[in-house]
Amino acid sequence: MAEIKNYTLNFGPQHPSAHGVLRLVLELDGEVVERAEPHIGLLHRGTEKLFEQKTYLQNVPYFDRLDYVSMMANEYAYALAVEKLLNLEVPKRAQYIRVMFAELTRILNHCLWLGAVALDIGAMTVFLYCFREREAIFDFYEEVSGARMHAAYFRPGGVAKDMPAGLSDKIRAFVNQFPTYIDEYETLLTENRIWKQRNVDVGIVDADAALAWGFTGPMLRGSGIAWDLRKMQPYDVYDKMDFDIPVGKTGDCYDRYLVRVEEMRQSNRIIHQCLDWLDANDGPIKPDDYRYTSPPRDLMKKDMEAMIHHFKYFSEGYHVPAGEVYAAVEHPKGEFGVYIVSDGSNKPYRMKVRASGFAHIEALDYMCRGHMIADVVTILGTQDIVFGEVDR
Amino acid sequence: MNDLYTASIAQVSSDADVLALQQKFNDGVLDVIAAIDVATVTLARKDIVDACHYLKGSCGYEQLIDLCGVDMSEYPEHDAHADRFYVVYHLLSVRCNKRIRLKVSLNEREWVDSVSEVWPTANWFEREAFEMYGIIFNHHPDLRRLLTDYGFDGHPMRKDFPVTGRTELFFDETQWRCVYRPNKVENRELTPKTWPGVDRG
Repeated sequence: MAEIKNYTLNFGPQHPSAHGVLRLVLELDGEVVERAEPHIGLLHRGTEKLFEQKTYLQNVPYFDRLDYVSMMANEYAYALAVEKLLNLEVPKRAQYIRVMFAELTRILNHCLWLGAVALDIGAMTVFLYCFREREAIFDFYEEVSGARMHAAYFRPGGVAKDMPAGLSDKIRAFVNQFPTYIDEYETLLTENRIWKQRNVDVGIVDADAALAWGFTGPMLRGSGIAWDLRKMQPYDVYDKMDFDIPVGKTGDCYDRYLVRVEEMRQSNRIIHQCLDWLDANDGPIKPDDYRYTSPPRDLMKKDMEAMIHHFKYFSEGYHVPAGEVYAAVEHPKGEFGVYIVSDGSNKPYRMKVRASGFAHIEALDYMCRGHMIADVVTILGTQDIVFGEVDR
Repeated sequence: MNDLYTASIAQVSSDADVLALQQKFNDGVLDVIAAIDVATVTLARKDIVDACHYLKGSCGYEQLIDLCGVDMSEYPEHDAHADRFYVVYHLLSVRCNKRIRLKVSLNEREWVDSVSEVWPTANWFEREAFEMYGIIFNHHPDLRRLLTDYGFDGHPMRKDFPVTGRTELFFDETQWRCVYRPNKVENRELTPKTWPGVDRG
């Protein structure tokens, strides 16, 4: 009798469904996955080492490049951590702008996720639809910060600059229209027979396993745990927002899909509330503390002191009191946390980024075992992996 | 819906758990600081796994959110005889809505017990701390490098490791493959590190 051996397959790093640069070593028994070993680190750029060489302000753009699909959400965690260390009060208007853009970022992220996952599974149209909406949000990014993707817009203490005139009308037009777009995605997918065959009962994670494996965000909510940092440990003005937390029942890929789609609708609700407030109220978007803000442009042109201050602010930066702090936000992918150890200087002594995707992809082996090889793509997709944050 | 996880809305202080830890591991709790965000408990190295089992089992910390190393060797006023590294654990209780931070200190060529038996997710976080700082985790199921290149030499997050690295990778036309060679890039400091009140001339 012939000896039957398991077959080892290299999935990626150039596979289009590997969502970037994942090398996955699969041990297969026929078509059934016996073991899946992710080899990460192909996008490792030593960001945490670089943080230690840069001032607190220079570190902001690095955060855009961590999870490069939800840029402002990363900056958000960093801004909150530094504000906690500085004990800095953020002006109300800046808080509302940040919450609104964090929610736009959530839509941005979920649109890419939905499009990419649907494409992996074979639905081409959803991808095109989703990227149409992403384009609109990129335009808002560009109007508010000057950059389509890597915005560097959320700064410790507030935001870089106020929204330009007319932007809130454009965003309002978008969010008025957006629920119909979500309906379009759902028409294509939710009751789609192929979509259900590929997603229902695939990659089931029960609540206890989800907690033990460090799942956060939609991965945890898909398993039936109503945990959302925006509600449970609210930051900025999330406690004033009215929104619901969608929760899954069985913890399979289909539930996580439903959770994410509903999250887009809830984000839309939050953006509406922020727009209403922003249209009715005006105010500063930076703290009134010269240590942590650059001087106004016109003053800088006339006043020598202001010019010196501008130069020192952007070269030497500001000093942050010694201490340690951990701040986390409800990132579109889960809990994104920043742990800073400060030694009182203008650069962080140690900064650790807690990326939600890192814990998720670690559990890939657990989720894939016993599944067919085609389900690996579905499970990888449902985890919403972006290697910028996993590898850092 | 699982009513086990209808968490309380307001974040709860972890002071009660700190007290419980002090009672249970009286000598094992070396230091307690109320940091800006959460209580920080420094534990003796021998007690870390027991303390984690206790916190998970009796205090409701179901999740290990983060585990990382810190190299204290260049921290101002760091005592040269004190331990060089910290391992920092961030725990989260979803059920009770509370957080706590644990710390363990150790030196080079010393080890700390792995908590991957408490939370399976600790596996990769410990691998990362091992590769970045050379911190050894005892009883770890699979202590290998994780993020750096296959066969990478050194622990890049240590303070004595240069930012530019020690080697560079290039493609050798004659051998038709990638080879490493010693790094020729000089280490530049673009913005000097300063402290408030220090005269910079």
